[in-house]
Amino acid sequence: MQRRTMLAAGLGLAVAGLMGTARAEDVIKIGEINSYSLLPAFTEPYRKGWQLAVEEVNAAGGINGKKLVVVSKDDSGKPADAQTAANELVSSENVAMLAGTFLSNIGLAVSDFANQKKVFFLAAEPLTDAITWSKGNKYTFRLRPSNYMQAAMLVEEAAKLPAKRWATIAPNYEYGQSAVAVFKKLLSEKRPDIQWVDEQWPPQGKIDAGPVVQAVAAANPEAILNVTFGADLVKLVREGNTRGLFKDRKVVSFLTGEPEYLDPLKEETPEGWIVTGYPWYSIKTPEHDAFLKAYQTKYNDYPRLGSIVGYQTIKSAAAILAKAGSTDTDKLIVAAEGLSVPSPFGEITFRKIDHQSTLGAYVGKTAQKDGKGIMVDTVYRKGSDYLPGDEEVGKLRPKD
Amino acid sequence: MAFYFVQFLTGLASAASLFLVASGLSIIFGVTRIVNFAHGAFYMLGAYVAFSLTERLSGAFGFWGSIVVAAVVVAAIGVFVEMVLLRRIYHAPELFQLLATFGLTLMVEDLVVLIWGPDDLVGRRAPGFKGAVDFFGQNIPSYDLFLIALGPIVLGALWLLFQRTRWGILVRAATQDRDMVAALGVNQKWLFTSVFALGVFLAALGGALQIPRDAVHHAMDLRIIVEVFVVVVIGGLGSILGAFVAAVLVSELNAFGILVFPTISLILVFLVMAVVLVVRPWGLFGKKEAPARRTPGLTVIPWRPLSSVERLASLAALAFAAMLPFVSGNYALNVGAEIAIFVIFAASLHFLMAVGGLASFGHAAYFGLGAYGVAFLAKIAGLPMIVCLLLGPLLGAAGAAVFGAFAVQLSGVYFAMLTLAFAQIVWSIAFQWVAVTGGDNGILGLWPEKWAASPSHFYWLALGVSAVVVSALRLITFSPFGYALRAMRDSPLRSESIGINGKRIQWTAFIIAGTTAGIGGALFAYLKGSVFPDNMGISLSVDALVMVLLGGVETVPGAIFGAIVYKALNIWLVSQTDLSKLVLGIFIVLIVVVFPKGIVGVVESVMHRRRTAAPKAAPLSAKMEGAQ
Repeated sequence: MQRRTMLAAGLGLAVAGLMGTARAEDVIKIGEINSYSLLPAFTEPYRKGWQLAVEEVNAAGGINGKKLVVVSKDDSGKPADAQTAANELVSSENVAMLAGTFLSNIGLAVSDFANQKKVFFLAAEPLTDAITWSKGNKYTFRLRPSNYMQAAMLVEEAAKLPAKRWATIAPNYEYGQSAVAVFKKLLSEKRPDIQWVDEQWPPQGKIDAGPVVQAVAAANPEAILNVTFGADLVKLVREGNTRGLFKDRKVVSFLTGEPEYLDPLKEETPEGWIVTGYPWYSIKTPEHDAFLKAYQTKYNDYPRLGSIVGYQTIKSAAAILAKAGSTDTDKLIVAAEGLSVPSPFGEITFRKIDHQSTLGAYVGKTAQKDGKGIMVDTVYRKGSDYLPGDEEVGKLRPKD
Repeated sequence: MAFYFVQFLTGLASAASLFLVASGLSIIFGVTRIVNFAHGAFYMLGAYVAFSLTERLSGAFGFWGSIVVAAVVVAAIGVFVEMVLLRRIYHAPELFQLLATFGLTLMVEDLVVLIWGPDDLVGRRAPGFKGAVDFFGQNIPSYDLFLIALGPIVLGALWLLFQRTRWGILVRAATQDRDMVAALGVNQKWLFTSVFALGVFLAALGGALQIPRDAVHHAMDLRIIVEVFVVVVIGGLGSILGAFVAAVLVSELNAFGILVFPTISLILVFLVMAVVLVVRPWGLFGKKEAPARRTPGLTVIPWRPLSSVERLASLAALAFAAMLPFVSGNYALNVGAEIAIFVIFAASLHFLMAVGGLASFGHAAYFGLGAYGVAFLAKIAGLPMIVCLLLGPLLGAAGAAVFGAFAVQLSGVYFAMLTLAFAQIVWSIAFQWVAVTGGDNGILGLWPEKWAASPSHFYWLALGVSAVVVSALRLITFSPFGYALRAMRDSPLRSESIGINGKRIQWTAFIIAGTTAGIGGALFAYLKGSVFPDNMGISLSVDALVMVLLGGVETVPGAIFGAIVYKALNIWLVSQTDLSKLVLGIFIVLIVVVFPKGIVGVVESVMHRRRTAAPKAAPLSAKMEGAQ
């Protein structure tokens, strides 16, 4: 029976042997983890983004003269696998820091790992508020605007609408639940006259759109909050268009303006939804122009939001490493707290108080142009304007 | 009133798509007894191929022609798969074909991304069915009306095919008793191939018809496969009418359920299945399976306890494994500990499957319950680690005691599906009950205490526990209880007639398996420092099945080797490539072809043959056991 263990040992040795690559002194390694096999639609542009960043950093002389190397691992969409990958990166690859992740639960798992093993972790994509607030820790920083920030940006627009009867449609898991909860809370604070008339909670990835659309329509709301995305969004939009759900109703929708989610809709794109997203075609700032040009030259493709996130993750990481002048974790934390770095969206700062970056998002309306979905009337919302006051943040976050 | 009518019609439209796919699965299972895990993959391929065709061919004829052509093309792929792969393994142990189709599914998921790219694809709307029909102020999509009509038409066509053609009669006969059909001189090969082709055709057609409503993407298969299995089982395996009724039942309950409980969709199908199976053990329209004619013991090499040489070898292997911390780094130890934990998990399922003859499709529930047990004890009660490790698995035991009591009343695939239903219900509680379980964000910060914190200590802990658990399960297997359990597996009638209380024995075995899985889960929680609903999800249950089948279900130590090979390979591939699913899928398919009894199964038969070939080495007792 225990013969298995011999094999385990053999395989363990084999794995160890393969991983134990020589570590040159003039190289700084960042360990990167993301859901490449589970979510290729988002992670492919993301990877292109960070590869571009690595190229730029090294072309500009690396980090204090050392070459930057990113060791990238797939987490197959599972928190447990992400931890195995994190372990490998830290134990075998001796990376200076961890970065990446897309799904909130994976982000949290890696952040907890970082906390336990005392490793610096820069979370790229996860949106959950918990990662910087209720489950925040001193080793974890986060780049993307959180759920709360995006909700606050959308609420600002939603409060201007005359609509009083609201319905919500959100995927039935933590992201959807907390997006709806924050949106409701903030909007009701601004507009006490609002009534919440219906809520639908389809399972993530398995929406049965017809009945959901019917059920929402039956409640006769004046406005709808949508949190679904990806394939669920496509189904919802298609059924909603056919059944006239969106006619004469205002819709406010999380993330829908991101090319990842907007582009597949093509001629089904609904008009006039208020969304957060990334209108790469209409941003006219020098920082973004430079990024866009470099990206299009290298890949002959347009960037998605994931490209921005991947690019900025590594750019930020490089800036942190450069400022710290060391790969010591505590020095990295000190360097990152309050650090301002340039980004394609303008300068961003990693806040000392909760380790959230002030990267913002574009808010605008959906429209169709030549059978394609685009965002119009876009305006950039700085992340720093949509975070609660320091006193409140202090209460939300456990003391280190 | 108009609203409820329209909601009803909407439910019917959902039912039609579900029925198309489910009927194909039901036909395939009924005749070939293959649990075709790849059915969802064929559904997805149908959608992708139809997407490509409809983008190129325009006009009404182009669109509808593309849908049909796509289904035919995928059916041809199905025929190829059946002839090249499945034909080789019809005589493998039950459920072994599941392994092959699982491997195919893994491959297809990566292949579609390679071929069609990672983005979600949105196909054209159907010409002539783009708009909606106004019904007293409610809009009904005309495509829904088309689907509503299509469901009964397909049902009728299948009915005619099965009732009015010679081929249909043969298929029905084979569904009832395929040994007899073979004995009567029907060419089974072509019967199976044609049935498989028809089933795949229906799946691909179902997928192709989703183009105007859905997005085409690489995770479509997983979305539908479990639901379709559930529909087939609720309706009764092999019953087309049953699949239709079940599809309507599930879809309508969902359509109206969300009006009252908007969160119900997540578990509705599983609740329905659990209720149906508890009340009607063979589904709504299913019939009790005739007892197998084959005496199971005959093909199997008789089991025997380890000889003293083998015992020493095992101990030496264990000692060798315990040396790992002296030669390797932390990562290898971490992986080693994970593998040891999965050995526990696989061994517990193996005990249920191989010794008890009860294949559970929801074994991860007890693994996960053990993990959550630890999390609750450590986080809420604040108990020390050793106490948590001892008491945590009891949550797995409790879950197994409750669900096992219902599940062991059934057998075969019905048992498997009821365990799946229970696992999904437990999973959705962990997933939805955010206040207690943290929902999908899980419970964090469960790290081992100082004495076990270092990777080498934790590795030794996991290795030691796994050695104890595996030895204990082996002892039980060769105890009188184990023999009684095997008696129930091989012949329920005979064993009950000699006074074995079969159901109680199986129930006890279920609890033992659940508890040991819980031990694995408890260790896993500390290894990862956190628990997530993933720890009791379907994919983990499938992983365990794959490990057992890979090692060899008809052997005693199979699960151990299956777990080591599968887990080590999986971890290694995920670390090395983004295409880990493709490589793993190819590997599994190759293993299936080369080792049709599982790795250990084939090794043992080779050794056995060599031993029996030698004149002295065939002890009488073994012969008698084999001829039982």
